[in-house]
Amino acid sequence: MSASRSIVLLAAAAAIIAAPLAVPGLKGEFKGSDDLGTKAILESRPDYKPWLQPLWKPPSDEVQSLLFSLQAALGAGVLGYVIGRRHSSPNRNADRR
Amino acid sequence: MHIMEGYLPAAHAAGWFVASVPFIVAGVVRLKRIVAEHPQARMTLAAAGAFTFVLSALKMPSVTGSCSHPTGTGLGAVIFGPTVMALIGTIVLLFQALLLAHGGLTTLGANVFSMAIVGPWVSWSVWRLGSRLGASIAVAVFFAAALGDLASYVTTSVQLALAYPDPASGVLGAALKFGGIFALTQIPLAIAEGLLTVVVMNALSGRACMADEIRVLSGDVQ
Repeated sequence: MSASRSIVLLAAAAAIIAAPLAVPGLKGEFKGSDDLGTKAILESRPDYKPWLQPLWKPPSDEVQSLLFSLQAALGAGVLGYVIGRRHSSPNRNADRR
Repeated sequence: MHIMEGYLPAAHAAGWFVASVPFIVAGVVRLKRIVAEHPQARMTLAAAGAFTFVLSALKMPSVTGSCSHPTGTGLGAVIFGPTVMALIGTIVLLFQALLLAHGGLTTLGANVFSMAIVGPWVSWSVWRLGSRLGASIAVAVFFAAALGDLASYVTTSVQLALAYPDPASGVLGAALKFGGIFALTQIPLAIAEGLLTVVVMNALSGRACMADEIRVLSGDVQ
């Protein structure tokens, strides 16, 4: 598969994700679907009390976004390392030390 | 998105744990075997885990006006088979439950079952079916990743419907309601995940043609 095809696929993925934000008239607050799911549960069972709270919660949205970014960055770093190594190794099939 | 902490009745939470544990144990056994027999596959294993880490951290907007995140389990399921992903998915879900208050420990069993078991098994089945029907590698990988992603969220909807059946329309009605929240939101994300998985699979295979490379990546353990 050629590099240009990869770029086309990446652009298509980006367009699919960006489209809901760009399409005018699309209503929504873009809250997490798990919050909406939780809300639906509480609507059908108003007396339901979650029987356990998370042991630890990020103290603020900022700290939470830091941890989410960290998760993505760690993953991207490892993924980039492996891809780079695959492409640079003269004998790609063997990841020799 | 995962079922939040404390939002499954205790009996359901326990039931999903019991259902998930054998798959996780099988995942550990399988991972040990792959590493022992095909040490060259360690790099690809790391990449498959990393891909799941990245994608499950990215909350994306969808046409329903809410946000959700892809799962990234299809890549590893295609390369290594579904068993290993039960373990890798569990690690990701634990990270998110403990550090991000996303998902939870009581709901871990249920979330593992949807994201780390049903999703990868669907991905792997679609991949096998696609190859058998003569689809090109890229097309088979795309559908494997996209349908596995979607299946995870359909499972979440069913799990919630079993716990909270609608008083009037029962489990089916509740499944449709939760499906409207989770599965519908997931459709464009699943398509995006399918495209991304094809690109990453291609990048991982370096200069080889993908058909040979998927066997090589896995150390030919399939």
